[in-house]
Amino acid sequence: MSVRHILLAATLASLVALSPLPASSQTLRYANQGELKSLDPYTLKETTTIAHHAHVYEGLVTRDKQLKIAPALAESWETPTPTHWRFHLRHNVKFHNGDPFTADDVLFSAQRVRANGSNFLSNVPPDAKFVKIDDYTVDVMLDAPNPILISQWDGWYIMDKKWCEEHDAVAPTPASATTPSYASLHENGTGPFTIESHQPGVKTVFKPFAGWWGKPEHNLKEIVFTPIGSDATRVAALLSGEVDVVEPVPLQDIQRVNASGVATVLNGPEIRTIFLGMDQSRDELLYSSVKGKNPFKDIRVREAFYKAIDIEAIKNRVMRGLATPSALMVAPQLYALSKDFTRPKYDPDGAKKLLAEAGYSDGFEVTMDCPNDRYVNDAAICQAVVGMLARIGVKVDLLAQPKALYFAKVLKPGGFKTSFYLLGWTPASMDSHNVLHDILGCRDDPKDSTRGEANLGGYCNKELDALTDKILVETDTAKRDQMIKQAFEISIRDYAYIPLHQQALSWGVSKKVKLTQRADNQVLLYWATKTEE
Amino acid sequence: MLAFTVRRAIQAIGVMIAVGIIAFSMFRFAGDPVNQMVSIDTPAAERAAIREQLGLNDPIPVQFVRYFAGAAQFNFGISYQFRQPVATLLKERMPATLELATVATILAIVFGILTGVYSALRRDSIPAKILQAVSLIGISLPTFLIGILLIYLFAVTLGWLPSFGRGQVVRIGWWTTGLLTVSGLKALIMPSVTLGLFQMTLIMRLVRAEMLEVLRTDYIRFARARGLTTRAIHFGHALRNTLVPVITVAGLQFGSVIAFAIITETVFQWPGMGLLFVQAVQNVDIPIMAAYLLMVSLIFVTINLAVDILYTVVDPRLRATVSRAG
Repeated sequence: MSVRHILLAATLASLVALSPLPASSQTLRYANQGELKSLDPYTLKETTTIAHHAHVYEGLVTRDKQLKIAPALAESWETPTPTHWRFHLRHNVKFHNGDPFTADDVLFSAQRVRANGSNFLSNVPPDAKFVKIDDYTVDVMLDAPNPILISQWDGWYIMDKKWCEEHDAVAPTPASATTPSYASLHENGTGPFTIESHQPGVKTVFKPFAGWWGKPEHNLKEIVFTPIGSDATRVAALLSGEVDVVEPVPLQDIQRVNASGVATVLNGPEIRTIFLGMDQSRDELLYSSVKGKNPFKDIRVREAFYKAIDIEAIKNRVMRGLATPSALMVAPQLYALSKDFTRPKYDPDGAKKLLAEAGYSDGFEVTMDCPNDRYVNDAAICQAVVGMLARIGVKVDLLAQPKALYFAKVLKPGGFKTSFYLLGWTPASMDSHNVLHDILGCRDDPKDSTRGEANLGGYCNKELDALTDKILVETDTAKRDQMIKQAFEISIRDYAYIPLHQQALSWGVSKKVKLTQRADNQVLLYWATKTEE
Repeated sequence: MLAFTVRRAIQAIGVMIAVGIIAFSMFRFAGDPVNQMVSIDTPAAERAAIREQLGLNDPIPVQFVRYFAGAAQFNFGISYQFRQPVATLLKERMPATLELATVATILAIVFGILTGVYSALRRDSIPAKILQAVSLIGISLPTFLIGILLIYLFAVTLGWLPSFGRGQVVRIGWWTTGLLTVSGLKALIMPSVTLGLFQMTLIMRLVRAEMLEVLRTDYIRFARARGLTTRAIHFGHALRNTLVPVITVAGLQFGSVIAFAIITETVFQWPGMGLLFVQAVQNVDIPIMAAYLLMVSLIFVTINLAVDILYTVVDPRLRATVSRAG
């Protein structure tokens, strides 16, 4: 071999050495619109973040593929009295650094999750007292019965007391941090995966945890997560086979993905309810042509608005069929008696008549607030609503803004500055009580300052509030469901809100990958399997 | 020369303070950062506490002075979204952006000058006319559209190039480079072409116009009369004299290449500072936005200074003026 050949060979060899290894059949690459900002499981209560953390951290309980509560770090639990819960912890569970999991970690986590700076304060009630009975038994004592105590515990992840103390991470990373936090860049959970590397906003690599207590359902040896913010790029990456799973696929690209032959879109219904709200509390609307009075205080006007909305048109045109019209402010998966409710019929003539009866035969003007980057086709839904209301003579000025501006204006800290708006809501507790309390509850309750926090229109009915309080402590399921039904009936009678639909989930999944789509939009890859390439 | 440089440095600080003032007066129109830091069902009391702790309730001038006092000590604060120091985040993202901008600029200069000279010397030939037409497209099509078109052609349809990211990177100290791996180089092609296309067409048209202008001047005619070779006339004399405006434009454009990288980086999910900035704007991450804007203004000011100095190297006539003025 001549020198030249040797040089050539050496060059080739170095090129081969430098080029990345061919993708392994069991490496699953996943792209999401959103980023994984912090690894601290108590920093941001947001679906994508919680789902990422679910791979490395575990709660006492978890939710299965049908969103039912299932045992996780707690093997079983019982309630000797309605205010006393006893949890039996799983034995032989190790954190990723090898520390054993015991009752002390539960007590520590209960304290940390309720400390200043945690975004998960509402997951564990402040009155719950955690008592260690032995290393594997924990009692929780309550002041009042709470049938939904553990309904948000699937998102409350247990941290290692010793590890947190060693790394100065005893307190959750506060929003006003002046020093970087160790826990937001490192993890030490008990979950099925560990994080091998994490560059915030760029790339995160997960590896299976060999010491996990459970039996893996996946066949992966690596998950590579990349956030891809641009819709077109995310879809292109799926179609070119560079990623295996993307969330979300924009509605207009679904057909193209399905026709591509390399990937399909999973479109299950999501449990988020999209609805319209009206300011019913001010004596004069902030943004309207009507002066001196508030037209939305008149129930006939609210009813007219409801009947002017052609929900089928929104479903078919705006949502391309990927929405489930809803009569309730809560998704059917979360409430057993949902099927007892139906939406009032689309009736523009009736709506016009109602407006005339209320004294607005010539209609009026009102400004509508709408986010344009938060929900599926949010601004397009609002535009459709503008057109529909124009037919009954109401002139709607649409103010569609990015979520950062929209939420700053309409939420409580911004002073509820809206007259007519679109919002989406997923009850964090997966239970109707959350909707009755946060969305339908009266604002300014002196005894309960968080009631009606997200009730931007200020709807108020004391009768409903009284029922809500009873629902919170009722432990008999059948009785409780009947009470919830009564409460929803009150709100419907009052035309408190105009529920629109539950939007569809939209996950793009390569044909090589099988995975379970859960209705809360958590992409959980520990249920994913990938076939050989 | 030293006085000249010092005076420019002082001007630079003035420019940066002005940028900071404008930036801070605009941040409040970007929305409420707290909304992006907590979930929607977070109680108002908790939100208010966070606002207070972050100092967002203070008057704008107070926030501004506080920020600049930190920035003067190279403390750019902690990012609201990542809870990490902004300086660390920018440092991690900087190599990606600088590599992309440099490669794009080199592509633009090399191909811009080559095609520009060609279309000036053979201005009636068909390739020159095609180049002119293509350059119009390059100048008028928006960057993101070119990027998406390239992705669909080369990544989705042909499958030759990756559609996003930087590929495999090699870490050298704190710097990461994609120039040393095949996948890194492949990943660099589409973003740098997208980013450099506008500059390339600009330089091409500029070189062509300048060259045509210079070729008409007397000294070129005299050089011809002296019997110099066409090659020497075109490249030794004509091209050299067209370079002064080209350097100005290319230099100043390097700043806008970094600024324009925001769009290219978003389309290609290129993990650089531009992408970080876009995400910061969406999430009202004020510390990142402020630091990025300051940094971009610093880059612009530095480039301006460098261009001024380069002038004197290329054009000896300016040297006298500068030393007299300085």
